[in-house]
Parts: sequence; C-alpha cells; structure tokens
Amino acid sequence: MGLKLNRGQILMTETTTLDVPVSQGDEDKYLLKLGPQHPATHGVLRVDIELDGETIIDCDPQVGYLHRGFEKLAEHRTYAQNIVLTDRLDYIAAMANNVGYCEAVEKLLAIDVPDRAKYLRVMVCEMSRLTGHLLWLATHALDIGAMTVFLYAFRERETLLELFAELCGSRLTTTYTRLGGVRQDVTHELMRKLEKFVDEFPACIEEYETLIDTNRIWLKRTIGVGTISGEKAVDLCLTGASLRGSGVDYDVRKHMPYAAYDKLDFEIPLGETGDTYARYRCRMEEMRQSNFILRQCIEQLPPGPIVGDDAPDLVMPAKPGRKVEVDTPARKALIKLIDDRDVYMEGDVYVATEVPKGELGFYFISDGMGRPYRMHIRSPSFIHIGALATMGKGVMVADLIAIIGTLDVVLGECDR
Amino acid sequence: MQILIIILQIAVLLAIVLLHVAYVTYFERKIIGHMQVRMGPMLVGWHGLLQPIADGIKSFFKEDIIPEQADKPLFMAAPVICLVTMLASLAVLPFAKGWALADINIGLLFIFAMSSLASYGVILAGWASNSKYTFLGGLRSMAQVISYEIPMGMSLIGVMMLAGSLNLTEIVEAQGTSLFSIYLFPQIIGFFVFFVAMLAETNRVPFDLPEAETELVSGYITEYSGMRYAMFFMAEYIGMMVMASIGTVCFLGGWNGPFAIPFFPPFWFILKVYGFLFLFIWIRATLPRYRYDQLMALGWKLLIPLSLLNVVLTGLFKILAN
Repeated sequence: MGLKLNRGQILMTETTTLDVPVSQGDEDKYLLKLGPQHPATHGVLRVDIELDGETIIDCDPQVGYLHRGFEKLAEHRTYAQNIVLTDRLDYIAAMANNVGYCEAVEKLLAIDVPDRAKYLRVMVCEMSRLTGHLLWLATHALDIGAMTVFLYAFRERETLLELFAELCGSRLTTTYTRLGGVRQDVTHELMRKLEKFVDEFPACIEEYETLIDTNRIWLKRTIGVGTISGEKAVDLCLTGASLRGSGVDYDVRKHMPYAAYDKLDFEIPLGETGDTYARYRCRMEEMRQSNFILRQCIEQLPPGPIVGDDAPDLVMPAKPGRKVEVDTPARKALIKLIDDRDVYMEGDVYVATEVPKGELGFYFISDGMGRPYRMHIRSPSFIHIGALATMGKGVMVADLIAIIGTLDVVLGECDR
Repeated sequence: MQILIIILQIAVLLAIVLLHVAYVTYFERKIIGHMQVRMGPMLVGWHGLLQPIADGIKSFFKEDIIPEQADKPLFMAAPVICLVTMLASLAVLPFAKGWALADINIGLLFIFAMSSLASYGVILAGWASNSKYTFLGGLRSMAQVISYEIPMGMSLIGVMMLAGSLNLTEIVEAQGTSLFSIYLFPQIIGFFVFFVAMLAETNRVPFDLPEAETELVSGYITEYSGMRYAMFFMAEYIGMMVMASIGTVCFLGGWNGPFAIPFFPPFWFILKVYGFLFLFIWIRATLPRYRYDQLMALGWKLLIPLSLLNVVLTGLFKILAN
C-alpha cells in the first residue's frame, strides 16, 4: 500500500476495527489459552482451545517458546561439537539423542564403530528409553490425577540417572557418544549395579501396574480417549508407541537396525484399539522389552576398544595430567578435522533412530567442510504436537490433558 | 454472663478446631509421603512437627495480591464466606454427650445449609477473579455441588427415618451404645452413597475437579495468595472434618465406643473422625481423577437412584420391624 509511517504516528483511528480471527460476539464459545505456564503441558506448550462448556471445539497448539536455534547453530560448529547440542533436544533421554546424532554423522563420514561401542550404545539407549518411559508414565498418571505413580516411577528413574552420572559424569546432559564410538568404558561396578537394576525392575513395573492397570477410574479416563486408527496415525506421521498403539508395526530398531540391535532379541509390542489405554499398555510392554535388551547387553558385551581408529574425535586422556600423544590416529584426525576438508564427504544423509518418543531423524547436507552445511532434526515431539490439533477436537478439557500425556511430547525436542 | 460463657466456648472450640486443621495438613502430608516412598515434612521441628505453624506464619506474611481485573469486594468476600460457613457448621456438632455449642433440633439440615452456602464462596471466587481458569473452576464447582447435594441429603434420609430426628445428639443416642447397633449396618447403601458424595462435596480426589491442578492450574483459587489462599485451604479442611463428623454421628455411633473413656468423653468421636480423614488421604494417594461428564453421570445415574432405593428399603425395613 506504500503507507508511510512517521515516528510516533498512530495507525489506528477510532473508526479502525481490528480483524481478529477469534469468533467475536459468539457467546457460546470461550477461548482459553492453555499454557505456556500450565502444569500439564510438559514444558512450554501453549494450546489455544475454543470451548463450548467443557467441550473443545477447536484446538490449536502453538510451539516455539523453547526455540534455541539448534539447527542453525549446528552449521557453525564442527560435527564433534554438535553432540553437545543433542543433549538438549529430548533432555529426558539425552543418551538416545547422542546415539542418533552420531549414527547419522558416522554414516555421512563412513566411520566404523567397534563392537563394544555398539553394545554400549544400545545399552545407554535402552537405559534412556527406560528413563523416558518412566517419566512419561509418571507425568501421564499425574495428569490424570494418580499422584503416587509419579513418585514410584521417579524412584527407578533416579537409579538410572545415578548410573548415567557414574558412566559419564552427568545425569542429564550426558554427551556420552563420540564420533566412532563412546567416550568412556563401563566399570565392573557399574555393570554390577546395572545388573541389580535389571533384576529388580520387572517387579517395579508390576508395582506400577497394580496401582493403575485395573483401576476403574484409570480405565474410564483412558479407554476410548484419543482413539486414532492405524491409517490416520500413519497420515499424521506418528511414530513410536503412539503409532504402535494403533497396531502399526514400525520400529526403527527392528526395521532399520542400527548399532547392535540386529544382534539382539526383542519384540515390538503392538496395541489394537489405538486409544490412550492401548498406548499405555504398549509403553509398559516396551519397558519390559528394554529391560530384556539390557540383560542381553550385559551378557553379550564384547571386549575391545570403545572408539574406532579412524574416529575424528578427541579422545580424553585416561587420567588427568597424562599427556595426549600427538601421533595417535584419533589425534591426527582431530587436527585434520579443522583444516582438511578431505576428511568429510559431500552429499546428504538421513539416519533415523528410535528414541523413547518415536523416530528421531537427523538429516545432513555436507559440502565437505568440517561443519554441516545444513542439519535438520526430525523430532517426533514436533510431529506429535501437530497431531494434537486433530486429536484434540471434540474432546473435553480433561481428555486433552490425557492426550497431551499419551502423545508423549517434550518441548525441548519440539522447539529445538 | 451467659453470653460471655458462650463466647468463651466459641473461642475455645475455634482454637481447638484450627489447631486440628493445622495438624490435619501435617497428618496428610506425612501419610501421603509414606505411601509414596518418601518422608513428608522433616525439617521444621522434630519430624517436621512444627511445619503447619511455619506454613501458617508464611501464608500470613505473604503478599496478598488482588488482580487488577478482579471484582474487588467479591474477591475479598469469597474466602470469608467459605471459611465462616464452614466454621458455623461446627456449632451444632455433638463432640460428646452435651458437648455441642448449639444443640438445635434441625442440626443435620443446618449443616447442609451451611455446606451449600460454602459453595457460594467457591463460585464467587471463580467469578470475581476474572480469570479463565478460575471461571471454569467455579462452573465445575457449581455443577458438582448441585449434583452431589442431592444424593448426599437423600442418603441421610434413611438415618433420619431410623432415628426419627434431625437433632444430631438424638441421632447418636438412637443408635445405642453397642457396636452392632450403629447405623452403618442397616444403612450400608446409604453409607456408601454418603461417603462418595462426601468426597465430592469437599472437592477431594477423585472428585477434585474444581481445583484440578493439571487441568485448571488451581481452579477457583488460582488467583489467590497469602492469607486469602490459606482461608480457602482452612475451609476445605474444616469441611472435611465436618463431613467426617456427620459420617461419625450418622453412621458410626458418634461419641459411643466399646468402652467409655473417663475425663475425656469425645475420645471415640475424634478417633472416628480421624479414621475418616485417613480414608480421605488414602484415597487421595490412590485414585486418579474423574472427568467432568463421568462425575455427573456417577452422581445422577448411580448415586441418586441408589439413595432413593435406600429410602424405600429403609421404609420397608421399618414397617417389617414394627
């Protein structure tokens, strides 16, 4: 329109009316902005809902409150440095993100990972799946009002986080993987503690199940709530247990195995009805399977190095003060990393891994430099929140909270 | 002189009840804590015994925020209405024989009237705060109170029919002193309906929809802070204690116990009330929350027919016994 604006000029005169998209004057509808500061939105999700009484007519999720620009940031950091960023995606299960990122970069750079590191990766992946699912169970139950499950689940999660701290020095921001392997080897004591946990954990799952599995109110609140058919779930790009609850057999671990998953024996639990209860059952069974995988990892863990020889990464000295030898292959590669573009291949790669929330994919375009030309993260949480708009229509407020819980979203990953 | 004595009695009763309220919160936090594999309050005093007092001082000195958009007179009046009505219903409770401030002949009706009035406080709080969550909480509370007053009143009709009185002292005395003559056994359906309606009436889990934390942030008390918040809190706990007292009086034989305690006649009464409170807390630690429509369905489709059936059965029982 070529409207010239002078400083301080008031654009709106008294006759100007704002074109607000909210249905004005319709007194039956009630617009409620649920979040971003709301106890049940799992972080900083905002859902704009239009209400008729307690029924939601329209549901519009808004994201971006936790946007930190990781994808852009990654373009200015080396491949090795970016591992740190992946901790902050799904901060509930950081290990799985580390593994997902490294698997993708290793495919791009054609780096081999030694067997022991593969098993360790599976091990930490499954441990983080347990931490993720335990937190999901805790918050989902709390959202529906079952308060005690929350604390029971956190008890076991605490054990796992302590194990993480022992393994890599940090409970949440782990940065455990390295390009071409993992950072630190496990100790005997850690394996003993893990074995103890694996022995005890099935009883804990049963304990959670006795609390809510046959609870009439729990059944009433979950059966038939947020039902989604298999085709619809595929259309909405749901992955993880949110998809398998509808009976679609898709798990990256089984269908496109990475790390050592092809050598391990496990099953993919499937739901039938596609409602909140089916997804609940699915995730509970997944925890059992994860526990089973952990046991196999403990038994089969092969000896050997934990970082490949051709890994272009900095390997920390085993003891503080010990001099790093300059002519190790890893050290050489690190020096090459900065100035030699031959280390990196040109092209693009997409690698998906199965994190607790669903399929986490990393897509890289490389122009041969030591930094990604473009990094895209396919985060399951973002896509699941997209599905919320469809699933949240026509339900009651309390069901919307249950659906947010059952989709298992974390906003750190959604907004990245 | 007479008036002075009554005022003194009121003051003593208030002091004792408010002290109990403070320690019921402690009781609740400790019990839920132990049910949830943690300790509950531990820091203030031995095993956290001074925690309720610390909480009281804290909420007393906290800033009292009144939202800009709120309807100030109503916003300020709402917690007072809640608390005063709840305290007023204490007047008719017989803690032991002759231990009632006002032994009026419509005691049961008076308590119903007061607990219905308390919901005005809740609804006004929801409305006057001028916030969307509080508004929804107020709406839910209104619907819930209307739906559950009915089965609650009807569940006690059986008791009234058996006792032939609305006076709480007479209801207790009609049950006799033996353990097996209490109304719990002939009025088991009535007790069930009463118990469920009691949970709903006091906004406790699994019927805590008006203040459903994960749905409506804090429901009708979202905008309150400081002492006004504490007043709602006290009203809720006094409400729990009053409801537990009605349950004790109407179904468990009031102050009568297996044997009489000398010098402290209300012993059994207090024990039974705490038994009820323990059930409240146990349920809170165990059950998830109902959905709004399920709550309504339960009230109208199950509890009201059941309480009507109870009235019919009690009538038949009375005719056959004669």
